[in-house]
Amino acid sequence: MGKIVIDNNRCKSCYICTETCPKKLIKKSDKTNRLGDYMVEFVDPNGECIGCAMCAKRCPDMAITEVYR
Amino acid sequence: MENEKVLIKGNYAIAQAAVNAGCQCYFGYPITPQTEIGEYLSGKMQELGRGYVCAESELAAINMVMGAVSTGVKAMTSSSSCAVALMQEALSYAASDELPVVLVNVMRTGPGLGYIYPAQGDYNQSVYGGGNGDYKIIVLAPSTVQECIDYMYKAFYLAHKYRNPAILLADGLLGQMMEPATFGKYPYPEIDHSSWALSGAKGREARAIYSCAREEKKQIQHINNLFKKFEVIAKNETEWEEFMTEDADIILTAFGSMTRNIKAAMKVLRQKGIKVGCFRPITLSPFPYDRISELAKDGKDFIVVEMNMGQMFKDVKYAVNGKSQTSLVNRACGEWLSVEEIVSSVEKIMEKSYAASI
Amino acid sequence: MQQVFSIPKSMKENFRYTFCPGCDHGIAIRLVGEVLDELGIREKTISSTSIGCSVFIYDFLNIDCVEAPHGRAMASATGVKRAQPDKVVFTYQGDGDFASIGLAESLHAGLRGEKITAFMLNNTTYGMTGGQSGPTTMMGQITTTTPTGRNKEYFGYPIKMAEHYALCDGVAYSARVALDSVPHINEAKKAIKKAFQVQLDGLGLGFVEILSTCPTNWHMTPEQAHERVRTEMVETFHLGVFKDITSEVK
Repeated sequence: MGKIVIDNNRCKSCYICTETCPKKLIKKSDKTNRLGDYMVEFVDPNGECIGCAMCAKRCPDMAITEVYR
Repeated sequence: MENEKVLIKGNYAIAQAAVNAGCQCYFGYPITPQTEIGEYLSGKMQELGRGYVCAESELAAINMVMGAVSTGVKAMTSSSSCAVALMQEALSYAASDELPVVLVNVMRTGPGLGYIYPAQGDYNQSVYGGGNGDYKIIVLAPSTVQECIDYMYKAFYLAHKYRNPAILLADGLLGQMMEPATFGKYPYPEIDHSSWALSGAKGREARAIYSCAREEKKQIQHINNLFKKFEVIAKNETEWEEFMTEDADIILTAFGSMTRNIKAAMKVLRQKGIKVGCFRPITLSPFPYDRISELAKDGKDFIVVEMNMGQMFKDVKYAVNGKSQTSLVNRACGEWLSVEEIVSSVEKIMEKSYAASI
Repeated sequence: MQQVFSIPKSMKENFRYTFCPGCDHGIAIRLVGEVLDELGIREKTISSTSIGCSVFIYDFLNIDCVEAPHGRAMASATGVKRAQPDKVVFTYQGDGDFASIGLAESLHAGLRGEKITAFMLNNTTYGMTGGQSGPTTMMGQITTTTPTGRNKEYFGYPIKMAEHYALCDGVAYSARVALDSVPHINEAKKAIKKAFQVQLDGLGLGFVEILSTCPTNWHMTPEQAHERVRTEMVETFHLGVFKDITSEVK
């Protein structure tokens, strides 16, 4: 069981996290940021996140600011 | 010891004065005719537990100085003409970063490699700088070995007081000659740099010293502030020397070690009944424009004597601004203009202007 | 639940990276921040900054910084360290800054064995000026100044800084790392820590060459760029520790 916090103000929509998440729990959202890029969102209805923090470690913009396990 | 008169070479005097001034680090690269400064300090700094690096280049040397002074200590480098040219980029950065960099330039001849005989061809390079952008450097020009000591002290003081780079502009003649001099003690107060110097962001906000100007309005303000600061420096620190200018019709003007010869020429000309005085800017930057302007107002003519193609001549002319006549007696480099040469040149100029006035 | 990831305390409050999407500078700076936290040295650290995209670390790291002109960061860092031997001093430079215009300063600081730490981001191009060929541009790589690709006859060869640096007697630690995957990022952090540790122990200069991406100038998506690091770059720039005087080199 884990969870992450995404700061969409820092996110630049590079989508590295969506590829990196072993459970594919980070998804392109329908919402766009001020530059018009689709933001990412953490979708984990079944509590699959294991809190591995791989997404946070690979995020080049430190937009994943907190990871819990 | 401090007040003892010693017979010492100009370069060694400069080096020991830097030690006395509390210079914590010296970084330099060898070049004639100033190499003795680095040689002297290599042993001295190690002995005192201070910093010394024989740098890989002049570029590195002055950037090492910038790094050291950014932590609030006194540090310097020394070099000569064609190698000082390599340092101009860093001087521009240091002026913008307001870092108290101290540089000694023992001039040789140029342009290009030139050679090791003395010249005064770095007036422009020092006063107007070769770096980019609008900035000003404090430039002090000693004329004796004693003054090499006195103005080395002052260069450190002014650089640190105003957080502005300062140049001690000597020449090969001064660097290589021996004269009696006394060191005394470093006569100036120590400046507190704790409000800006880098020491690690402990218990305070992090500090960054940089000239990167991302905001146009701030940059305009920054440059204006630098120039306002230099106005204050000009008001407080402009320094010159005058001899017998009161009754003079003609004022011989020179800087640095050429001052010695114009003083002697003045005596000869006075004996011939010509009313000659001497004027010598000590701070080449800030330049004593106002005083020259005042003297010119009284109709006193100026004859500038220098070992270059007339670099200071332009500043004197600018100060005189047509109020009286300005002439140039010069040689590009090499053997200093002798007293006899100066006397005969002055006499020729007088003949011409007398002929013109009939 | 326990927090297993947070922003390093050595980062500035409310910073936002100004790099392009997918640029690895952000990860490298975070790792430096994490190491400063873990070693507890933030408050006695001074950095000499470079010119290029790497210049902006003073916007992100909460440490004292002094700017150096292009290529002179290692000279400036030498000055800082000689004036303040008790402080921790490091440079954070790009490949152009460190290995091209500043190669003399970099090599000689290594030869003198300055007790400082240096990081060089290698993205095989001049990023800030728009992707020209640099000292690390790989054979065959197309840039704005190698329009037909870098060839040996016309452009010569790229420099392998970590290997060169390992030959300097004053260098205590020299390694090359990448940031393309989590294991590599973990390795990179270890190397960064070690590069600081050799300075703290007074052993000499610690150096890490960090392979990183420039998706904008490589004309790639962030993931494609990391794929290039993973498959192409490591072929020329081998990962590993090239010198470590504290242990046997593998």
